[in-house]
Amino acid sequence: MIDLLFYLFAALAVAGALGMLLNVKNTVAGALSLVGTMVSLGAIYVLLDAYLIGVLQILVYAGAILVVFLFVVMLLNLRQDVFSPERLRGTKLLGVVIGALVCVELILLVPSALGPAAGIPADFGGYRALGAALFTDWVLAFEVTSLLLLAAMVGAVILAKRSID
Amino acid sequence: MVEKAVALSALLFVLGALGALTRRNLIVILMSIELMLNAVNLALVAFSRQWGDLAGHVFVLMVIVVAAAEVAVGLGIVLSLFRNRESVNVEDVSLLKW
Repeated sequence: MIDLLFYLFAALAVAGALGMLLNVKNTVAGALSLVGTMVSLGAIYVLLDAYLIGVLQILVYAGAILVVFLFVVMLLNLRQDVFSPERLRGTKLLGVVIGALVCVELILLVPSALGPAAGIPADFGGYRALGAALFTDWVLAFEVTSLLLLAAMVGAVILAKRSID
Repeated sequence: MVEKAVALSALLFVLGALGALTRRNLIVILMSIELMLNAVNLALVAFSRQWGDLAGHVFVLMVIVVAAAEVAVGLGIVLSLFRNRESVNVEDVSLLKW
């Protein structure tokens, strides 16, 4: 059952990514199919016992980041993508072949490096365990992250302003 | 299941890299970078599950924060670029291209 759910959401995620990648006409539809990928990935996180990460994935990626993308696409009125996808067809074909080779290589090699599976405690991936890890072992990284968010906020406002006073 | 998740992550990463390298729309390139970050997140969660270590989950939180910051700054750049050039085609902004 769990395997079946995994295959379902994996297929949805790949289909959404392909929809974003191959849709050269409509940027809005590309962003919406990427929402499908993000939500499926959230479900896969839950299947991998990462409950809090799954919720945050759907909240932050599908709920916030992709909505910002859609805002900008609509603000710039880019419904029709006017670029010519025909240029550099040979280079793109070569890129697809190399990409497929890299993908096959990774799929064949990485699982053999995994090693034996460890047992996990009952509350693995819940907010309690993750919060305890975040605020004890990783508290410095957490604090530095707030500085990064502040810098990004100031930078975004400055960049998007019409004129700097 | 962890092996399958890692394989899915490799596939999604390659798809995102292809999008970032072949598409010419700046917004689509940013979305492809988001897809690559998501693939890395999936690999981190899978390895975390395999070894029973929560450090991977903490890294995923950091990556989510970095992705949000990157989108805010990147889309700010797209906005000001569109104001100056009336275009989001990366071939119109090739000043730094070799």
